[in-house]
Amino acid sequence: MAIFINETTKIIVQGFTGKIGTFHAQDMINYGSNVVGGVTPGKGGQKHLDRPIFNTVKEAVEQAGAEASIIFVPPAFAADSIMEAADAGIKYCVAITDGIPTQDMMTVKSYLRRFPIEKRMVLTGPNCAGTITPERSMLGIMPGHIYMRGNVGVVGRSGTLGYEAADQMKRLGIGISTSVGIGGDPINGSSHRDIFEKFEQDDETKVILMIGEIGGPQEVDAGMFAQANMKKPVIAYIAGLTAPEGRRMGHAGAIISSAGESAAEKVAMLRDLGVTICPTPAAMGETVAMVLAGLK
Amino acid sequence: MDIHEYQAKELLSGYGVKIAEGGLAYSPEDAVQRAREIGGNVWVVKAQIHSGARGKAGGIKICKTHEDVAAGAEALLGKKLVTHQTGAAGKVCNRLYIEAGTDIAKELYFCFLVDRISERIVMVGSQEGGMEIEELAVSNPDAITKIYIEPAVGLQDFQAREMAFALGLDASLISHAVKTFKGCYRALRDLDANMLEINPLVITGSGELVALDAKMGFDENALFRRQKIAELRDKTQEDPRETAAADRGLSYVGLDGDIGCMINGAGLAMATMDMIKLAGGEPANFLDVGGGASAERTEKAFRLVLADTNVKAMLVNIFAGINRCDWIAQGVVQAVKNIDMKVPLIVRLSGTNVEEGRRIIAESGLPIITAETLAEAAEKAVAARNQVVANQGA
Repeated sequence: MAIFINETTKIIVQGFTGKIGTFHAQDMINYGSNVVGGVTPGKGGQKHLDRPIFNTVKEAVEQAGAEASIIFVPPAFAADSIMEAADAGIKYCVAITDGIPTQDMMTVKSYLRRFPIEKRMVLTGPNCAGTITPERSMLGIMPGHIYMRGNVGVVGRSGTLGYEAADQMKRLGIGISTSVGIGGDPINGSSHRDIFEKFEQDDETKVILMIGEIGGPQEVDAGMFAQANMKKPVIAYIAGLTAPEGRRMGHAGAIISSAGESAAEKVAMLRDLGVTICPTPAAMGETVAMVLAGLK
Repeated sequence: MDIHEYQAKELLSGYGVKIAEGGLAYSPEDAVQRAREIGGNVWVVKAQIHSGARGKAGGIKICKTHEDVAAGAEALLGKKLVTHQTGAAGKVCNRLYIEAGTDIAKELYFCFLVDRISERIVMVGSQEGGMEIEELAVSNPDAITKIYIEPAVGLQDFQAREMAFALGLDASLISHAVKTFKGCYRALRDLDANMLEINPLVITGSGELVALDAKMGFDENALFRRQKIAELRDKTQEDPRETAAADRGLSYVGLDGDIGCMINGAGLAMATMDMIKLAGGEPANFLDVGGGASAERTEKAFRLVLADTNVKAMLVNIFAGINRCDWIAQGVVQAVKNIDMKVPLIVRLSGTNVEEGRRIIAESGLPIITAETLAEAAEKAVAARNQVVANQGA
């Protein structure tokens, strides 16, 4: 069934009535996502985009059966919204918000770990484009039409580079089971490795494309997990060959601050771990096609 | 965001961390005045630039007379200091910190960092003070003690004691050390710092624990709630192009190449730069215009890229999600008309409203080179750049 979301997943929008929330909620509804309402404290009982507004996430879960949530709340309040979703029993949450303070994210992660695994909300993002299960459900801000349904699981930090990958694959007639954006922040809800675990268990996913970048240990960590625990082939591209050390490249987390964090080092380590490396960012589609051909 | 040593020391002093007596100077006269106020017979004149390793670059001068202080100040003020952290361009020294000389018995290393693996703050210490921790991590990793802090409860006394013992402190210094470490932790938490380094933390001849240097870095995402910290920003320590970009809501990093770039999204920007390099060129900059790029913003981005006189060709690569290709195309056309562009421009548009965007470019009648794919865009940009260089040579 792909991962995290499909056409039946009941979705709510936190920060529903704001300009950005409204725009993207409408876009998700147009795509076919099952948006059952939204949360804006103080506007409960009203309607927006022909759907109910709730004061709290708890009410949205109780009254509308919400399972997944997407967060468009401004940075100062976003951590609170994520924790509210976790407390209310939301199973999967995407945080789009860019600019959440690092210490707030540490608090969020520590809060999430208090729940037993089976009751713990999965968070992806913040600072991401969201998650899409093509032709079924979109929980994000991506241009849905560039994604084609298929068997490649995609996980990446960057939004637009993910679009580039989807576009290259579509040109070659290759589709995607689910594409997950984990975001560009140093501390994020889920790592590449967390998403790998989900893809490994998903029947629809045959191969996995990881789109990584400079900074942090997550790509290599995922590669080590794949070598030890996964049967499905993994393909990777790591952005930032030209990035100088110690400089932040747009994303808060995209900075080479210690050994092993440059693109060249990550590529070398991943190759050693048996991951197929895309030689250039223009060859993501071709590389996936080559690996898929090898499966038959 | 980085701040100066004297600013970090002022902040930490408010949290109970002991520092040597000192004062700020903007001129040699100031410097001598500060030395008089401090008294004693040894002073240290310290260049205030946003970089470590200042000593090796000649930015720290130990002086035994007021004349030495004046001469040291004269030598440093207005001078560009180059360290391995500043890059070749170096950083200009506009402020000096004059500090009382400290009688050093032992130098230690101490810092707090955000650890991305454990997603916690980690307290790091070593008896090998004065060395850079990166070097130490390679040469003698066993000499480093790391203690992870649970965010919900914060740094506990037992953890601070554990660090104090690991640093080999005398029993008489333990309670002072606990106060110092907890003070540093509170400063980090209260002020949204993501890095705090005291290197060296020294034990003085009289048995006190003193922060001889101090470095703090702050989470830019949290500056909205830390107004007093935001005011400590010193723009003279930043690349003026990057500052100008940040003021316009753009994310820019200047590089050494000659192909200017304007791209939406940090990941796609890095990938495009990689593609330029693989095609045989070198990017002049990283520039993420972000989502919702209006025509005005596009024009500002163009001006920023072209302000770099090294630029010999410019590449625009937009994969529109929240953005729309028609808005970007209008912005590009407007920018090219308003700025007298002397270098070739390569534009690749994809995503939302791409047909409309391409039509606007085509109908503009401007000499814009278009590309459909990422590879084609990079190849055309490098070819255009090479042509410009060949023409200049001819």
